[in-house]
Amino acid sequence: MFKLSPEGIEFVKKEMVRYETKLSAVIPCLYRVQDENEGWISPECVAYLSRLMDLGESEIYEVLTFYTMFNQKPVKPLHVQVCCNVSCAMQGSRKILEELKKQNNSNVTLSAVECLGSCDTAPVLQINREPYMEKVSLEQITKTLQERTSS
Amino acid sequence: MEHKLLTEHYNKDNYKSLEGYKQCGGYETLKLALNKQPKELVEMVKASGLRGRGGAGFPTGVKWSFLPDNNEPRYLLCNADEGEPGTFKDRMMMEKAPHQLIEGMIISAFAIQSHKSYIYIRGEYTDSISIIEQALKEAYKQGYLGKNILNSGFDHEMDIYVGAGAYICGEETGMISSLEGKKGQPKLKPPYPAVKGYLEKPTVVNNVETLAAVVPIVRDGAEKYKAIGTERSAGTKIFSVSGNVVKPGNYEVPLGYPLMDMINKLCGGLPPGRKLKACIPGGSSAPVLTAEECEKACLDYENLMDLGSMLGSGAIIVIDDSNSMVDILSVIMHFYHHESCGQCTPCREGTGWLDQIVKNILHGKGRLQDLDLIQNISQHMMGKTICALSDAAALPAISFVTKFKNEFIDYIQQNKISSDNLNQVV
Repeated sequence: MFKLSPEGIEFVKKEMVRYETKLSAVIPCLYRVQDENEGWISPECVAYLSRLMDLGESEIYEVLTFYTMFNQKPVKPLHVQVCCNVSCAMQGSRKILEELKKQNNSNVTLSAVECLGSCDTAPVLQINREPYMEKVSLEQITKTLQERTSS
Repeated sequence: MEHKLLTEHYNKDNYKSLEGYKQCGGYETLKLALNKQPKELVEMVKASGLRGRGGAGFPTGVKWSFLPDNNEPRYLLCNADEGEPGTFKDRMMMEKAPHQLIEGMIISAFAIQSHKSYIYIRGEYTDSISIIEQALKEAYKQGYLGKNILNSGFDHEMDIYVGAGAYICGEETGMISSLEGKKGQPKLKPPYPAVKGYLEKPTVVNNVETLAAVVPIVRDGAEKYKAIGTERSAGTKIFSVSGNVVKPGNYEVPLGYPLMDMINKLCGGLPPGRKLKACIPGGSSAPVLTAEECEKACLDYENLMDLGSMLGSGAIIVIDDSNSMVDILSVIMHFYHHESCGQCTPCREGTGWLDQIVKNILHGKGRLQDLDLIQNISQHMMGKTICALSDAAALPAISFVTKFKNEFIDYIQQNKISSDNLNQVV
């Protein structure tokens, strides 16, 4: 059974009174659940959060399914999100993504994402919710992923 | 020539700390503002000619004056959900000069007599989020936020709200829905947010750059700000330049600055041996300009509108002759299809069809009548929906297939398939 850590429960309680309405706390609380559930939000997590926040599951699903940063399927420890919008595509980001797919790294989930707002340092990608990797080359990201999956 | 009114201190390392900001005169303008009448400040911003820097370009002071003239609680929301493809100016502002934004917000909140504000930051901007969080802590600690700010009797609470990946939340009513804890779907207007916004209370939503610009306006006076730029496009604007230029980046110039000077003088021109083919002047929602049109273009609201495009968020994407316009349009159409919130049929269906048709052309499966079909679908998407996302998809579609028609025909007739294209795997 999924359960938040005591700190996580404390966080949810605080967020529920931080904003003008309890409903506003759903986004921050979903982030917390995702962080504590290996990067994704399962139906079990939703049921748990709905009890904890005393909200209908539908109210949580409404938010969960609308926003792309919440994963409704399991992800690998390294979620690599490659920007494939115009400026990054022009600098070869789609080729990087394609090559990464061929590498078939079992610890990596790959996603094409929309503009990350760092177009002057294209191509750009983001691993999980870490600071961006900018002006990234295939060699560089390959090396990073190898290092991080072997350790 | 650059005119650094907002970006002057970006290169100072400690400018993002409160101490560093104060060394450059930070929070002095707030003291000045708190000694004025709120209405005086609204008039000042009106007189400065400042227009919204997020994309729509609506006069800021006028927006503020739509608030009801009573004591009803009202909210100030800072739109930091920067998502327009090509734009990275707000992120830079939050990372390099967070206190400039916060000072601008406190002054603006005092002007509209709001006691609560939120900075809505997109979830991907993890650096901006932590820097703004830190800056807010410092500002509270030194009495610039909270109860009785600098002994003026004015109270103001400011907080952050982090989005979770939805372009549509950059639309002001979409942002309000999102902040209310719902799907970020835009709301029908009227009533406008100034009358019924966040939690049905009067609300002003302003972009990061707009709010930061309030500081120099109040500091130097409306006249001085209005003297910069053109008659109807006052002040400076930060442009995010990306694509095929030698030195991409953020450049602050007076409005009305020639586009070609931006490309050649400030951004070091195109890579050697390349030729300018096109330019998107205001984010991916702005109709594309041909190389000939770029020669005539000046970066202000009116000039770009006369050329059939728009200033938008100030995101300039420079495209050289090594690119396929069909490929670029395909990327843009995929984006709008992905980001349509789905509540209005013309947008939900239209963006899907445009995406599919352009993809077909790109993959050599296009038909000549598809070009008319794109025009036809686009016409049925404009002005028919709750928000402007539908128009934002239709306008570039029309401009690309009209201005680069021959390239689209080449793809259709020769069954040319771009070797660069990897869209099918996306």
